[in-house]
Amino acid sequence: MKRAVILLASMLVVAGCGLGNGDTADGDVAAGAECEPGQVDGDLNLYIWSEYIDPDLITGFEGELGVNVTETFYDSNETMLAQIDAGGAAYDLVVPSDYMVETMIDADLLIPLDGDALSNLGNLDPDFTNPPFDPDGAYSVAYQWGTTGLGFSYDIVPDPAELSWGLIFDPEMGAAAAGKIQMLNDERETLGAALKYLGYSLNSTSEEEIAEAAQLIKDAKDRIATFDSDAYDNLLISGETLIGHGYSGNWFTAFDAADAWDEFGYGIPKEGGTAWVDTMAIPTTAEHVCTAHAFINFLLDAENGAALTNFNYYASPNAAAEEFILPEILEDPAIYPPPDVIANLEFIAGVGDAATLYADAFVEAKS
Amino acid sequence: MTLLEEHPPVEAANPELEAQSVKAAARRGLLHALPAYVYLVFFFALPLVIVFVFSFASRSTTGRPVLGGWNLDSYARLVEPVIRTIAARSLWLALLNTVICLLIGYPFAYWIATRSKSSNRNLLLVLVLIPFWSNFLVRTYAWRVLLDSNGPVTGLGEATGLWGQMLFTQPAVFIGLLYGYLPFMVLPLYAAIERLDWSLVEGARDLYATGWEAFRKVTLPLSKPGVIAGSILVFIPSLGAYVTPDILGGAKTTLLGNYIVTQFTSGRNWPFGAALSFVILAAMLIATIFYFRSGGKTL
Amino acid sequence: MTGREGTATGGWVDRVLGINGWFVFLFLYAPIMVLVLYSFSGDRNVGTWGGFSMEWYERMFANDALMRSLRNSLVVALISTVVSTVLGTAAAIALERYRRWATRGAFDALMYLPVIIPDVTMAVMLLMWFTTIGWSLSLNTIMLSHIAFNISFVAIVVRARLANMDPALDEAAADLYANRWRTFRRVTLPVIMPGVMGGALLALTLSLDDVVVTSLVQGPGATTLPVYVFGLIKRDVTPEINAVSTLMLAASMVLVMVSLVLQRRGESEQTR
Repeated sequence: MKRAVILLASMLVVAGCGLGNGDTADGDVAAGAECEPGQVDGDLNLYIWSEYIDPDLITGFEGELGVNVTETFYDSNETMLAQIDAGGAAYDLVVPSDYMVETMIDADLLIPLDGDALSNLGNLDPDFTNPPFDPDGAYSVAYQWGTTGLGFSYDIVPDPAELSWGLIFDPEMGAAAAGKIQMLNDERETLGAALKYLGYSLNSTSEEEIAEAAQLIKDAKDRIATFDSDAYDNLLISGETLIGHGYSGNWFTAFDAADAWDEFGYGIPKEGGTAWVDTMAIPTTAEHVCTAHAFINFLLDAENGAALTNFNYYASPNAAAEEFILPEILEDPAIYPPPDVIANLEFIAGVGDAATLYADAFVEAKS
Repeated sequence: MTLLEEHPPVEAANPELEAQSVKAAARRGLLHALPAYVYLVFFFALPLVIVFVFSFASRSTTGRPVLGGWNLDSYARLVEPVIRTIAARSLWLALLNTVICLLIGYPFAYWIATRSKSSNRNLLLVLVLIPFWSNFLVRTYAWRVLLDSNGPVTGLGEATGLWGQMLFTQPAVFIGLLYGYLPFMVLPLYAAIERLDWSLVEGARDLYATGWEAFRKVTLPLSKPGVIAGSILVFIPSLGAYVTPDILGGAKTTLLGNYIVTQFTSGRNWPFGAALSFVILAAMLIATIFYFRSGGKTL
Repeated sequence: MTGREGTATGGWVDRVLGINGWFVFLFLYAPIMVLVLYSFSGDRNVGTWGGFSMEWYERMFANDALMRSLRNSLVVALISTVVSTVLGTAAAIALERYRRWATRGAFDALMYLPVIIPDVTMAVMLLMWFTTIGWSLSLNTIMLSHIAFNISFVAIVVRARLANMDPALDEAAADLYANRWRTFRRVTLPVIMPGVMGGALLALTLSLDDVVVTSLVQGPGATTLPVYVFGLIKRDVTPEINAVSTLMLAASMVLVMVSLVLQRRGESEQTR
């Protein structure tokens, strides 16, 4: 996939700063697992983003391998990290985003994967097998990738090419939608949007730039109805908001369910947005390591990978799955963006200790 | 004064036997309390000690407390201006909510307490509690529906010209909080008013007091323990409230509650979260001690 | 003892209070009516009416995970209520009937802690405690947390009732050769029963409805209803959760009707 090549290239360029802490010299930590393909050792405890996996795939896995799957949901990488870090909850499989994988590897929270157990690994698009946040894919396997941008009503934005963060941050541009805007309740995403609008990188570690972004959000609060990471698609569909900030796949599932493709659209603002890769990884506290591997392998299967994309409308990193994905998804530029849009996208990278800068700035913006 | 204090036991004829029985009684008292005692020490007192200890610890990059590197950094941060803003906002929210709950709760509790049949009173009380057997989040999202632009509340407001958009505003937050905390105000008030000796009120009327005077000078002061108990039971949880304000108010402001939770997630600073929690608890303890000193007995 | 007639509030005051009372009930039940109503809506968007449909109830009953969590929730709530009621009543007796024993003051203070502690502090505290002692977060930890704060609430209610009970009754029973257990069972318990029931009711309510503590101490397999609904809301705010809530409300109303019938029968036997 040519697009994926460009995507990964930009990933490498942007996430370069994260590489510093990337070399894990801890060969002495957590012995890798030893599993056969399809081997199971008990039921699966899955910890995953809400709305992210097709229930049919779960039942399919349960049937095929004769185990039960318990799903627990989280709404942010940070919540997931807090739970895994606390060590109290024994999840077998988690789905961290790119920068979070890096953080977790550094904190010795993940086990190295057993390549032998992952017989379908060859299905993965080569661009995803050696990501900057996890060299050689030792700890994680790509799950889905997508973008974060704006969902909007065509009444407000008739021409998607004109989509801009200014609709939120510029009082004049956003006048028509004032009071009917929603943004994600996530410091990296929301401050990231402001940073992009100001022309900075959304991985900035500069205190001044972050503060500037926070101030922008603070000023925009009068026009923002709510910060919501859960029900934002409902808000747009019901007309409570006219512009919403959220994840690509979420928007499409909502538009599909409401059959509202004529009224609403999704796009990346011209100043740029976020691209991300979510991965599957196994925490060190996992109790059923082989089942977890079997699950990863299951999802790497071409048809299952396609079913996943056909369900949640995110882009698949699975090259073999392409022949089973619905054509309208493959051709949708919002799901598989063209090169010029990709060039404008940034991946959220780990920023080490500067993470607290973002958290504090977000609190400041809301105070 | 309890009846036991009004009528203390009489002097015993045989002091030795008396001393023995006092000791036996003391043992029995402790025995009755033991299960609860052990439980609370293990699940409350000890955890609190842990929190206190962790508030002096340093943090790892993922935020967990690291034993060693003890410091006062977390407490030093407490004087930052942003915290003052957040604390002030939470305090204001809690106070206003308590007042609103009191103003609405008192007449309501009084009405229930003055129904003549006890079965009616019980029925009404239970009817007050039933809504809270549904799920809190679902109830709050139901309020979202009621308050949104297509909802009846906004419709009423626009028809009467009194108010506009309701959802994601401050009033919406107070509606949600009133809804969530009303029972905590009504139940203690009801208990206090119901226990009232109505003959005193009757006596006041006999002495030519008007209904209002009788209320103001007899009923109200006698129901004071209930007022105080209800206020405390509403004020304290309101101080830490953040879910309702976020869902109905639009999550546009930070309150103490979510500030603390943030430290355990994206803020990556467990020691600081521990310090915050501890300080709030200490403040509550002081307020409660003050209540007991001023004559309150039981909640 | 003079009854309510002694309130002698003028007729119109009483009527105003009555109207106010009904308005408050309207306020209390408005969201409930909404949530019940939309459980029958055909549109997956809560708030948009999509015609009458039983679709969500069908989905709910077909949802194994949901039914399991409902059962778990009831079990947890019941167990934690019973345990905290027993422990709380015993503690109330210890504090109210026995005035002098070692560390009584400290125990008194300890009992108030769960009441004055803010939700968030307690959630944080339990999270840190469980991870420190190495207990995995699960259904059990949630149940243990519930018992912890419910003991105090039960004790408060029972204490209030005990304080107003004439101890002479207990003494009289003793004079008539009843041993301590018999006295408790036949004299004390019946008198304080409204307090015990009230405390138990409060404990049940608090247990069925916890969000903050749950969100911080949830773990895999901890499929109680509040946790499941919490997850569902994160996943998708569809009327399915309305259907669940309506079901729970209906069940609790049935429970209430039953207990009221029983109470009315018992009332004629009791002196007021």
